Amino acid sequence: MVAETSIDVETIQRVTDKALFIREETIRLISIAKVGHYASVFSCAELLSALYYDCLRIRKGEPDWVDRDRFLFGKGHAAVGLYPVLVEKEFFGAEILSEYTRVGNPLGDHPDMRKVPGIDFSSGSLGHALSVGVGMAHGARLQKKEFLTYVMLGDGELQEGQIWEAAMHASTYGLSNLVAIIDRNGYQLDGEVDDIINIGPIRERWESFGWEVHEVDGHDVEATIAILREIRDNPKRTKPVCLVAHTVKGKGIDYMETEPGWHLGWLSEQDEAEAYELIRGDK
Amino acid sequence: MSTNQPQKSWQYREVATHAPGLNALADTLIELAEEGYPVVAGSADVMYSNNLVKFAERFPDRYIQFGISEQNMVSAAAGLTTTGAIPFVGTFASFLALLCCEQIRTDVAYCARPVRLIGHHSGISMGFYGTSHHATEDLAIMRSIPDLTVINPADSASLAAAIRASVDHPHPIYFRMSRGQEPEVYEATSLNFEIGKAIEHSQGEDLTLIACGIEVHPALEAAKVLRSRGVSVGVIDMHTIKPIDREVIIGTGNFSKKIMTIEEHSVIGGLGGAVAEVITDEGLPIKLCRHGIYDEYALIGPPTHLYRHYQLDSEGIVKKAEQFLGGKNEFK
Repeated sequence: MVAETSIDVETIQRVTDKALFIREETIRLISIAKVGHYASVFSCAELLSALYYDCLRIRKGEPDWVDRDRFLFGKGHAAVGLYPVLVEKEFFGAEILSEYTRVGNPLGDHPDMRKVPGIDFSSGSLGHALSVGVGMAHGARLQKKEFLTYVMLGDGELQEGQIWEAAMHASTYGLSNLVAIIDRNGYQLDGEVDDIINIGPIRERWESFGWEVHEVDGHDVEATIAILREIRDNPKRTKPVCLVAHTVKGKGIDYMETEPGWHLGWLSEQDEAEAYELIRGDK
Repeated sequence: MSTNQPQKSWQYREVATHAPGLNALADTLIELAEEGYPVVAGSADVMYSNNLVKFAERFPDRYIQFGISEQNMVSAAAGLTTTGAIPFVGTFASFLALLCCEQIRTDVAYCARPVRLIGHHSGISMGFYGTSHHATEDLAIMRSIPDLTVINPADSASLAAAIRASVDHPHPIYFRMSRGQEPEVYEATSLNFEIGKAIEHSQGEDLTLIACGIEVHPALEAAKVLRSRGVSVGVIDMHTIKPIDREVIIGTGNFSKKIMTIEEHSVIGGLGGAVAEVITDEGLPIKLCRHGIYDEYALIGPPTHLYRHYQLDSEGIVKKAEQFLGGKNEFK
């Protein structure tokens, strides 16, 4: 999509590798829980990777650094893909990851800020996170802090009315330090998003709500890095920003890409082995 | 019945400026902000109803107008706390506690955010505005949420004291207040307010009235009448509904023969429910009458008329108490 960018090859390779790492870890962790949201992670694996391995201003081992960029996972059901990243950021130990979802473990299907270092806010109930982000953006402004608040939303999540309350609010107050990223994978639990309740045209809706809107192929690593950097490094902006990332739900596993039932599921041991091959491109 | 309004034309926006409780709310927040506390106030298109407009005029940068988006307001307040702010966000209790229940549970309480929620115009104080604007379930709903403190001050002085006491309180708080136009109970200077510690006005062997919020004043008046008729009656202001002051209930249970709870709220799950739980847990040898709204949608009417109808004024409390003392404890 983006013809030429200034992104260096190493960065592109790193983000690409980490997206694969996120998918692999997701398969491994869900094999512990025996049910999980593979497909919801796979659509945003490149986005998560580009954020955590390039864009976000965070410090290893310092999950509470006051000037860090915030990341809110509106679609909290994909947290299984984020936990391994937080381990790599040295926010908590790998041994915790290996007990994912087991009794008493802090890591559940939906992320809990009270239990998991590096989770900037708990989520799970769709539609809340953009409002929470609004509060953080106001807080940053009051504190005269430079950090940005990123909120990743599912496209189905846009059916929640509270999203639009927050969207109106953010543009009214010119919260240019707020970035919504929409994982536009086209599917929700019961089927195709636009068949269930049409949320489009997304660009026009967000623009009409007073947001600056960008679009990107959310699996094009180079383009994703480029647009995230462009958004981050634009100090003159006056509006909140919405990045619509066009993605494929279940990206990397062919049968998940075409079957919405894979929103939530479990791979048998045999299928799991094949899944690793598929996402690595070995098959 | 007279109204609180002067006999001349008036507009809604003037009302709050004359309401002691609403002035106490705004003034206390202004004082705290002036003292350096990172107070931020917000409201949902009702800043003239709760008088937070006064705060907004004094600290325009620290007031957030949310418009008619209550859920957004509650979640955003939770987000605001992460940067060190102490947000006080208010709207009608019916919308705050019922419409925003899930945001309060999930974003505020579960995330342990020190948000201060102000549910005003509670109970049936919205009178003829109707059931959509009545909140007779809010205490029950809020009380069931873990880690949420629930406070229902009796008057403007105790509201101010409660807000002040909340500054260092580690938990989120739901403040329940009425229209702010109620009679005063306390002198601000002599009030010793501690969250979670009831104010025991008097003790009585025959009966103890345990009231909260705007029912404290009529309970005190009713106690005077009952005493003049030879009843030994005590009165407790249970301003903190959660965590409830168990000790004062246990003390009362071992001293008084009967307890009557009085609240401008459903008799299910609020103050009466909380006291009943302690009595049961502790096996206290005492009879309990829960007085309030008896599991129904209240009639509409001017508030003072409704309080009379539901026996929530002092005369009604006397009548209900005498029936209870006479052995009758009807669910109505």
